[in-house]
Amino acid sequence: MSAAGRAVVRFDNVGLRYGTDREVLSDISFTLDPGRFYFLTGASGAGKTSLLRLLYLAQRPSRGIIEMFGQDLITTPREKLPSYRRRIGVVFQDFRLVTHLSAFDNVALPLRLSGLPERDIARPVADILDWVGLSHRAEASPASLSGGEQQRVAIARAVIGRPEILVADEPTGNVDPDMALKLLRLFEALNRLGTTVVVATHDVHLLDRLPDPQRFVLERGRLAQDGGSHRGGGR
Amino acid sequence: MSARRSPLSSVRIRLANMVGRSDNTHGLIPRARLIGPIPSVIAVMIALSVMAAAAALALSNLAGNAQAEIAGGVTVQVVEADRTERERQTALALDLLRSLPDVVQLRRVPDAELHDLLEPWLGDNFAADSTIPMPSLIDIRLAGEVTPARLDELQATLEPVAPAARVDAQSAWLGPVLRAVDSLRWLALGLIVLIGAISIAAVWLAARSAMAANRTTIEIIYMLGASDDQIARIFQRSAARDAALGAAIGFLIGLAAIAVLARRFGALGSGMVDSAWLLTGDWLAIGAIPFIGVALAFLTARVTVLNALRRML
Ligand SMILES: Nc1ncnc2c1ncn2[C@@H]1O[C@H](COP(=O)(O)OP(=O)(O)OP(=O)(O)O)[C@@H](O)[C@H]1O
Ligand SMILES: [Mg+2]
Repeated sequence: MSAAGRAVVRFDNVGLRYGTDREVLSDISFTLDPGRFYFLTGASGAGKTSLLRLLYLAQRPSRGIIEMFGQDLITTPREKLPSYRRRIGVVFQDFRLVTHLSAFDNVALPLRLSGLPERDIARPVADILDWVGLSHRAEASPASLSGGEQQRVAIARAVIGRPEILVADEPTGNVDPDMALKLLRLFEALNRLGTTVVVATHDVHLLDRLPDPQRFVLERGRLAQDGGSHRGGGR
Repeated sequence: MSARRSPLSSVRIRLANMVGRSDNTHGLIPRARLIGPIPSVIAVMIALSVMAAAAALALSNLAGNAQAEIAGGVTVQVVEADRTERERQTALALDLLRSLPDVVQLRRVPDAELHDLLEPWLGDNFAADSTIPMPSLIDIRLAGEVTPARLDELQATLEPVAPAARVDAQSAWLGPVLRAVDSLRWLALGLIVLIGAISIAAVWLAARSAMAANRTTIEIIYMLGASDDQIARIFQRSAARDAALGAAIGFLIGLAAIAVLARRFGALGSGMVDSAWLLTGDWLAIGAIPFIGVALAFLTARVTVLNALRRML
């Protein structure tokens, strides 16, 4: 287990329930070290998306402690959360592209929200679209893109701001194996630049592509210990 | 592909600066425009407010002018059927009044003038009929306010020399008029407040429906780190823009209505209306109405959006 001070994320006994239903996540405890690559696997409905939602601050837990960037986020007032969200890149399972904006403008969103002047936006957006192979579709609206293309736009948008944490929910679910590998390489490149990457996936083959993946397994809302080389923290 | 060539390295974005002032969120929510009924609602509201304010201010001025004109004004009538006796008492009263220090102005109303005043009521040949007795009239102006006590005092002073003299304040008839004007002013103020409340409600509804229509987009940019303030700015900008359009149109309509009314009243040729009926300060107040309207729309949109966002997460 890493020293608590160095961890970029720490969950301690976190539980989540939607409304008054039973808990969909229970007793979740783990830490994420900066600059590492994590996989989160588990059956459909196990709670992967729910856990990631806590991680990208879309949701507050029902109980437990969540610390990120050395900050207790349970007591952080909501006005402060946007500045933390901007340090986290998210690939949503359902992409969540803004339908009336072009691929280019969707990718540019995080930069615009962070107040970057317009002249500093065109270049990086074009570069990242090129990287995901969508230069020729920059002006296309999301509705006119294929599922895989939308997914790549979503990934480009998640990484454009060079986040400290990248959270990706099934980021390769809609692309062919070659593209999946390419996107994984993108995540790796980002990871090498210091970003902590968390990828939730069903795709076990994807795990084999990485030399030293750290893996979490969710089973019906609880973390099961896995066989990864580094322990991500106990229960 | 090497990390060195990664496009990510070309993104130089300092996270610390991210919270800074940013305003390039223009294109984010193209349909956030509150357009719908807002410009027309605001136009109607501003036009009505301008008219109500102009009417209230003009009425105040009218009443004020009338009051100032006859402030301190007192009429002394000598009501005596016998012409010789009447003239005698009038002359004595004039002498006495002239000697009083607080009488600043004094004028005997000539019989010819009195004749002209009464003619419409009594027919144009009543003068020939000397059997109709006419009082003689003395207009005086006192320094300071005319109080019932002063009138009584004046009456008592005149009593010994001119027992037929009757003292009246000229403003006596004005009291009910002033009270009516006062009620009208309150009515106008109430109307303006009501109009403001309706405008706020309209903008509130429009902002809420615009937010509902763009809920998905708001949620997305929220997850990407947009602050409440950034999202509110998108909507308040639309609200202010739409309200400004409506306010400009409404203001012109209101001004046109004022101009038409002014012309109509001017045509009456009434002695009361041709004194300045709206002063510079009044025009400034009327000119402020559209700006107040836009500010209200802006603030309403902002507060509405911020409250709704707080409920969203
Ligand atoms: N907004 C919500 N309200 C109520 N229940 C929810 C909500 N979101 C998820 N759930 C429930 O929580 C449980 C976990 O869902 P979650 O989406 O986290 O699973 P998952 O592991 O991501 O599944 P998948 O692999 O299919 O994406 C499920 O039983 C789901 O029905
Ligand atoms: Mg999921």
